[in-house]
Amino acid sequence: MPELRIEALTHVYSAGTPFQKTAIENIDLTIPQGQMIGLLGHTGSGKSTFIQHLNALLKPTSGRVLCDGKDVNADKFSRRDVKWQVGLVFQYPEYQLFEETVYKDIAFGPKNRKLSESEIDERVREAAAFVGVDEELFERSPLELSGGQKRRVAIAGVIAMRPGVLVLDEPTAGLDPAGCRQILDNVAAYREKTGSTVILVSHNMDDAARMAERLIVFDHGHVAMDGTPEEVFREPRRLIDIGLNVPHASAIAMALRERGVALEGSIYTHEQLKAAILRAKEVGAC
Amino acid sequence: MLKDITLGQFFPGDTLVHRLDPRTKLILLVVYIVALFQAKSWWSYGLVLFATVLCMAVSKIHPRSIFKGLKPMLFIIVLTGLLNIFYTQGTPVLPGWIVTWEGIGRAVQMILRITLLIAGTFLLTYTTSPIALTDGLERLLSPLKKIKVPVHEMTIMMSMALRFIPTLIEETDKIMSAQKARGADFETGRLTERAKALLPILVPLFVSAFRRADELAVAMESRCYHGGEGRTRMKQMKLQGIDALALVLGAVFLAAVIVLRHFGL
Amino acid sequence: MEPVIVFEQVHHRYSGEAEESLRGIDLAIESGSFTAVLGHNGSGKSTLAKHMNAILTPTEGRVLVHGVDTADEDRLLDIRRSVGMVFQNPDNQIVANVVEDDVAFAPENLGVPSEEIRRRVDEALEIVGMSEFKQHAPHLLSGGQKQRVAIAGVLAMQPEIIVLDEPTAMLDPQGRAEVIATVTRLCREKGMTVVLITHHMDECVGADRLVVMSGGRIVADGSPAEVFSRVELMESEGLSVPETTRLLYDLDREGFDLPLTALEIDDCAELVARTLIK
Repeated sequence: MPELRIEALTHVYSAGTPFQKTAIENIDLTIPQGQMIGLLGHTGSGKSTFIQHLNALLKPTSGRVLCDGKDVNADKFSRRDVKWQVGLVFQYPEYQLFEETVYKDIAFGPKNRKLSESEIDERVREAAAFVGVDEELFERSPLELSGGQKRRVAIAGVIAMRPGVLVLDEPTAGLDPAGCRQILDNVAAYREKTGSTVILVSHNMDDAARMAERLIVFDHGHVAMDGTPEEVFREPRRLIDIGLNVPHASAIAMALRERGVALEGSIYTHEQLKAAILRAKEVGAC
Repeated sequence: MLKDITLGQFFPGDTLVHRLDPRTKLILLVVYIVALFQAKSWWSYGLVLFATVLCMAVSKIHPRSIFKGLKPMLFIIVLTGLLNIFYTQGTPVLPGWIVTWEGIGRAVQMILRITLLIAGTFLLTYTTSPIALTDGLERLLSPLKKIKVPVHEMTIMMSMALRFIPTLIEETDKIMSAQKARGADFETGRLTERAKALLPILVPLFVSAFRRADELAVAMESRCYHGGEGRTRMKQMKLQGIDALALVLGAVFLAAVIVLRHFGL
Repeated sequence: MEPVIVFEQVHHRYSGEAEESLRGIDLAIESGSFTAVLGHNGSGKSTLAKHMNAILTPTEGRVLVHGVDTADEDRLLDIRRSVGMVFQNPDNQIVANVVEDDVAFAPENLGVPSEEIRRRVDEALEIVGMSEFKQHAPHLLSGGQKQRVAIAGVLAMQPEIIVLDEPTAMLDPQGRAEVIATVTRLCREKGMTVVLITHHMDECVGADRLVVMSGGRIVADGSPAEVFSRVELMESEGLSVPETTRLLYDLDREGFDLPLTALEIDDCAELVARTLIK
């Protein structure tokens, strides 16, 4: 299980042309193994560029990414090996499905690693189970499945590589509430069982607040905030200034405080809000 | 990377060249190509080169954009140059050398010819919106409708293709990254292996292209598209004074190149 | 208010499918109203939308747009002109490489004279707030901007009704907010009839009417406040309710005596604050 260290990471697109654009600048982060991280930021804040450095899909303009102390860009082999350590699920991953059957598609990653047939088989079944893809679907074409099922097959394709760090870019984009919940539950269960690090890129503050133990907020290519949800949501104004939403519960808490209701603590989930209001009522009743 | 491909790209602007009627520009491109292939001497090449640079200056297209567009062709250009250097008979540069003065001359001319050909085409696509271009083409070819050539259908297909090139290029990049993240290797292995490695890109790309085509067709119908019949245009094409002037200049230019050739210059 | 779109016992089954996607829909959309249709994937909400401009026609029953049966192929252009449709994927409905050329597409198809097209295009872009991007290439715009261009493209047909089939599903929160604000303005300021298909419940809050679909049927229909106050029903349909309703519902069960009708955050806070500070 790897630890990731990001040192002074900078990436500039189209360097030296009139289209030159600095996507991320001087990012320093340590991501210990096993953490559940929510990565927040609006479109263009650099978070997509950032995550593509974690498995060496992009090469830093300057700075380093270290996986267990080894520079992932040291040579061709480390660039390849890091892809087994850090699994990256892109946005709308169902658009990458290509094999004739669900089974073969999930097996694509392990096969690229040239594992034995039995090992591949074991991993495919395990990955499918994690995301709730029934083995009855194995011989079906992935193109016949529903939107939510396709998405889960695609995620299984990355999980089958057994990455110690699983990075998911907006895994719930475009899904309905039931589909979203299912995917997030799958991800939580995966982390629970394997102890992997999970980095969840999300626009949805409510999901991030509920799932993550650490939130990293990107803004204009820099890390603007980094802390536990409690710490980050203690400053809802700051998030709003960055152009992000706050969880609905935080927004209601803010509106209540503005109206003179004394609510205790940092509030970002429904349960916290409810509890705080009930407490306020008791105190008020005394 | 793939994003560097500039085919079908259009740089909006408001220069004289931008304002010319697309039909004028299409005709001028034909004139230009004919002139280029008539050019034989350094004089006539110089004239074509001068005309190209003049158009670039007037249209404010930066030479860098043209060079960027040339990049994918670099291999062909260099190869043509080398072949001409080594396979032209004549006076050796040094006694006993295979390289001849004539060869060098021809190589330079061939490179110039290809480069100018591409540059001229880019000048057209950079300064003319694809819609205007296909409209112009449709209008120029419209006499063919009389002999049942589906001109409208052909040109609308062309403009859709141009519209979706950037979208599909972006998509290809994304799919490639996603498959690389699953350990796909596009760079090593024998040729057959590499060809096979393309499947994980091509299949999703085709699936997505079909899905897009399907959705696009519904969207077009929803916006009352029903073929070319009874269609009007927002941007009416009107030949104006500058078009006449440009065409006259084009004719003079072609005549000059032909005259030069006639006098063996 | 007179109804502009009427569904009468509409059933629809896609060819090759065993199950019907619509199972007996009766629905009348009133002129100038803002109707949101909410449902999870596969609930039939998109099929419903596609019946409104005759992309699909009923296998049973009929749909009338301004009294015209959508199955009448001779009137197809009339129907499509009066019911504009915006789709989910912004990339797949933009036909031109320049924003203004794209917006001109529909009126060009309708044979509108050039000067009139110019006028309509400028006006449509103005309404969606994209005038300054007139000359831009659409593929370089953000998702929300693309979707606003798509809306302008529909407006240039001058339809009375605009149907949006999950227009925000692929957008980030900022893009979603842009699109919803634009659509709301169309209804409130321009008096257009708006039908918004979505699975984001917070987008329904500002609508006049909320229709919930499930299994090809309408399972709830009323004002958003009414519909969302039926928390158990919404949850049994696999949908959630806004955090505001959820909170009021929970507090109500804890002995607060609260109506569930405050959907906006400020209204909800006002309500709760008033019971707390007496």
